[in-house]
Amino acid sequence: MNPTDNHYPTGESFRKSLNGRYRIASIWQAIFFSALLIALLSLAALLYNVVDGAFGYVAFEYKNDPTEFTAKPLDDLNKQELLEILQTNLSSGAYTKLDNEKTMEKRSKSVLYTLVLERLIQVDTKKTWSMTDSILRGNEIKAEVAKKYPEAKLEFRSWLTPVFLTTPMSSKAEFAGVRTAILGSLWMVGIAILFALPIGTGAAIYLQEYATKNFLNRIIQTNINNLAGVPSIVYGMLGLAIFVRALEPFTSGSMFGITDTNGRTILSAGLTMGILVLPLIIINGQEAIKAVPDSLRQAAYGIGATRWQTIWHHVLPNALPGILTGSILAVSRAIGETAPLIIVGASTFISLDPEGPFSKFTALPIQVYQWTTRAQTEFHAIAASAIIVLLILLLTLNAAAVIIRNRVQRKY
Amino acid sequence: MKNTIMENKNFRPLDLKKKMRPGESVIQSLLFISGVLSIFITVAIVYELGKEALLFFNNPDVTLTKFFATTQWQPGIGLFGIWPLVTATLTTSAIAIFVSLPLGLAAALFLSEYATPKARSTLKPILEVLAGIPTVVYGYFALLFMTPLLQSIFGESVQVYNMASAGIVMGIMILPLIASMSEDALSAVPRSLREGAYAMGATKFETSIQVVLPASLSGVGAALIIGISRAIGETMIVAIASGSGPNFTFNPFKAAETMTGHIARISGGDLSYNSIDYTSLFAVALMLFLVTLVLNLISQVVVERFREKYE
Repeated sequence: MNPTDNHYPTGESFRKSLNGRYRIASIWQAIFFSALLIALLSLAALLYNVVDGAFGYVAFEYKNDPTEFTAKPLDDLNKQELLEILQTNLSSGAYTKLDNEKTMEKRSKSVLYTLVLERLIQVDTKKTWSMTDSILRGNEIKAEVAKKYPEAKLEFRSWLTPVFLTTPMSSKAEFAGVRTAILGSLWMVGIAILFALPIGTGAAIYLQEYATKNFLNRIIQTNINNLAGVPSIVYGMLGLAIFVRALEPFTSGSMFGITDTNGRTILSAGLTMGILVLPLIIINGQEAIKAVPDSLRQAAYGIGATRWQTIWHHVLPNALPGILTGSILAVSRAIGETAPLIIVGASTFISLDPEGPFSKFTALPIQVYQWTTRAQTEFHAIAASAIIVLLILLLTLNAAAVIIRNRVQRKY
Repeated sequence: MKNTIMENKNFRPLDLKKKMRPGESVIQSLLFISGVLSIFITVAIVYELGKEALLFFNNPDVTLTKFFATTQWQPGIGLFGIWPLVTATLTTSAIAIFVSLPLGLAAALFLSEYATPKARSTLKPILEVLAGIPTVVYGYFALLFMTPLLQSIFGESVQVYNMASAGIVMGIMILPLIASMSEDALSAVPRSLREGAYAMGATKFETSIQVVLPASLSGVGAALIIGISRAIGETMIVAIASGSGPNFTFNPFKAAETMTGHIARISGGDLSYNSIDYTSLFAVALMLFLVTLVLNLISQVVVERFREKYE
């Protein structure tokens, strides 16, 4: 070959092109890494945005002057004094109604304090600021409030308080809480898991231990994989058509003598959510059962165990951590899922605790949705607080799943 | 010595396999029923959605031409053009994929080709946390962070509710899914291919883009399809941030209601079971179900093909 025909670079030009290629390579490595950086930044922005909304300055006015009710400053009152103020100033009908919901003497001081504010003094929130604004522009905010709302008080408030966790819904953001929503979520998830865990685990055992490779079983497997990808809102429509409408006598409890509800109950929502998480539980269960080594099964067969004895005494105990992890993940999916609950008809305003599966209900993500879509900024602040509660709940669940996975799982 | 047992003509060897075990069969049939239940769920979805959708299309006012050839959707007052909902779904999903595919693929390439095991174990949880956040929280983020951000960049033309912020946030939500599926596909490419490329003098970047990525293209394609299907079916982000009210537009800065957002808004109220509004929702849901079903099936076929190649 004639050396002049060689189109591969040599010498100086070779080194140049090589350096160029290395430069391109390192630039792209930085670009690839920045994708992860963007993901991290988005996560940070999301969390920051939520926390930013849940704390900050609030300008509010008292509609009625506190001095009309007591000579002392409000914060110094003790429980007995608060109780007396309520007794003397509330109409006797309103007081009896509150007393019937829960005996007044048994309520804590902070609850009574809130009642005085809510019922008698009546707070009127003028404006709220985010945490960042409150910290960086504190003086400007004070000046603005002094100018625009001369009557108003300014206070740095955490919207997420113990009272927020323990009070029921209210139409006023200042007094609303997530108690009923948390209870509703727990009821619903409980029903969903009671329904989905046995059936899902059973299906997983069938598919891993019994199913032969025939047409029907292949259909079942494909079908489960597909169900896992069906949009959650479609499950909501299914729940609406079947549980809320067709099975109304059962889900409303009228079969059992409960008359004051329609099919839009905790039971309907729980069953819908159970169907939604079923594919997730089956797939996770299959993975867990698959991970149990065959030698265990063969040893059991070898000493004369039947198929079910083998599964019950050897396969299931060893697959249990995996199945548990899978169900915790299913629980956290069910807690965060919102769309099916809207369709199935979670009520948005419930001030009484759910009493059983046939109660109307609301759930944490429903409250977040409701409050986020309100126009007033004080509702955005309590939406942010509810999100923090939701995220802490999910974080705890996921941490539990990781701990179970790491502690109990045996390695073969 | 004489073997008396073997000479006995009535002897049959003990066959445990033929022994009746009623308990075992009961358990096996119970397990079988739980397995088959999943098929019933699919059948129930198709049946219920189909039944109500059929009621909708049997309504004398609704014709297929109206459904597919007009551009206004107000079933309550006799306007049955599905397009405004479809264009909004397409716009938000396109924006979401436009955000999540490059980012997800780049993240997957970094995790699978560049990151050390230690770096991977610290970086992956970021994606896992992103994947675990409920969509309603993303909705809050879209409305109260992304929209103001877009408004401060693009000014007045950005409406309070707009498809762009919903789409971008949806992209962030889908990113972990695309990243983890693509990473699985990339790591399934055998080492020998990479080593062959290095031996030819290729840089790490050239190996990743010209050898590993083409070899795993079907897996990445499956991730893309699942991502699209997820974007089409996503409800809460668009219900909160993308606006309420069908609007025939492709302008991402305008408010428009997607198919899912429409279902969520209409069914949120107390809906009477025999109204055209109620049945129309099922027609929309059926479309949604069929589109996502086809997309999921395609991605499963793609993944299966791709598995056969390297195992």
